[in-house]
Amino acid sequence: MAAIYSLFIINKSGGLIFYKDYGSAGRMDTNDSLRVASLWHSMHAISQQLSPTVGCSGIELLEADAFDLHCFQSLTGTKFFVVCEPGTQHMEALLKVIYELYTDYVLKNPFYEMEMPIRCELFDLNLSQALQKDRVALLGR
Amino acid sequence: MQFFGGSDISPSPPAPTAAGHNANVMYMFNRNGVCLFYREWNRPLRTLNPQQDHKLMFGLLFSLKSLTAKMDPTSADKGNLGVPQLPGQGCSFHSFRTNTYKLSFMESPSGIKIILVTHPRTGDLREALKYIYSLYVEYVTKNPVYAPGSPIRCDLFNTNLDQYVRSIS
Repeated sequence: MAAIYSLFIINKSGGLIFYKDYGSAGRMDTNDSLRVASLWHSMHAISQQLSPTVGCSGIELLEADAFDLHCFQSLTGTKFFVVCEPGTQHMEALLKVIYELYTDYVLKNPFYEMEMPIRCELFDLNLSQALQKDRVALLGR
Repeated sequence: MQFFGGSDISPSPPAPTAAGHNANVMYMFNRNGVCLFYREWNRPLRTLNPQQDHKLMFGLLFSLKSLTAKMDPTSADKGNLGVPQLPGQGCSFHSFRTNTYKLSFMESPSGIKIILVTHPRTGDLREALKYIYSLYVEYVTKNPVYAPGSPIRCDLFNTNLDQYVRSIS
């Protein structure tokens, strides 16, 4: 029973650089995932415009009927967002862990080009391990 | 889905928790995107003029609904992105939160959208929005002078709304 349905990483221009689906019925093909990522990038920006007070940094949590979407934006504008079951706890912490993995295995990889799709084996490996640990911890509770 | 069961004409309002925090802003739109109602109680920052602000808000909601319908992880067969969804069709969102505000959204089966912008630590306002919808039904739709699709100018609606919003935490 997956608590997380999918993970997206988008670069600062809104382009999708990483998409992994963890077993949802609504798995999207490449084109749809690209469209959804760009749409999210724009929605995130527009939500800052509509804030009633200053200092808004965009949507952090979107609650829908069938899922929750948690989003983390780094200081450089890279966005990590995860689609999970409604009410899943500790997604912010998980997103920070994923960010750390990104900095270690993607950004420090000398062959990785900035803003390009991520094709780093070590990142995939460690990401699966981190999510597996998270899943075990959740089920264990 | 957001259809309301029960036969209450006007359900009793949810018990108010610690009072003192008002909502910031409220919008109401009909299914054509006409802004029927806009009310602000606490809005220090206004980035756009009112017309643009309303259009932007409606556009944001339309696109977010389209996004959630497409991203729904529980249904395999979905339309294409950007296809307008009927009220109640497809997975819709009920709230989103940023670091400075929380936006709660409700769409009635007739396409009336109610949006409440509050401080970020507000709880689940779905019941509150249903109550506001019942206020709309009582004081606006049942008002013989009110023309559907036009901006709401009903004093009774305003006073009851203000009174209720004061009790939301």
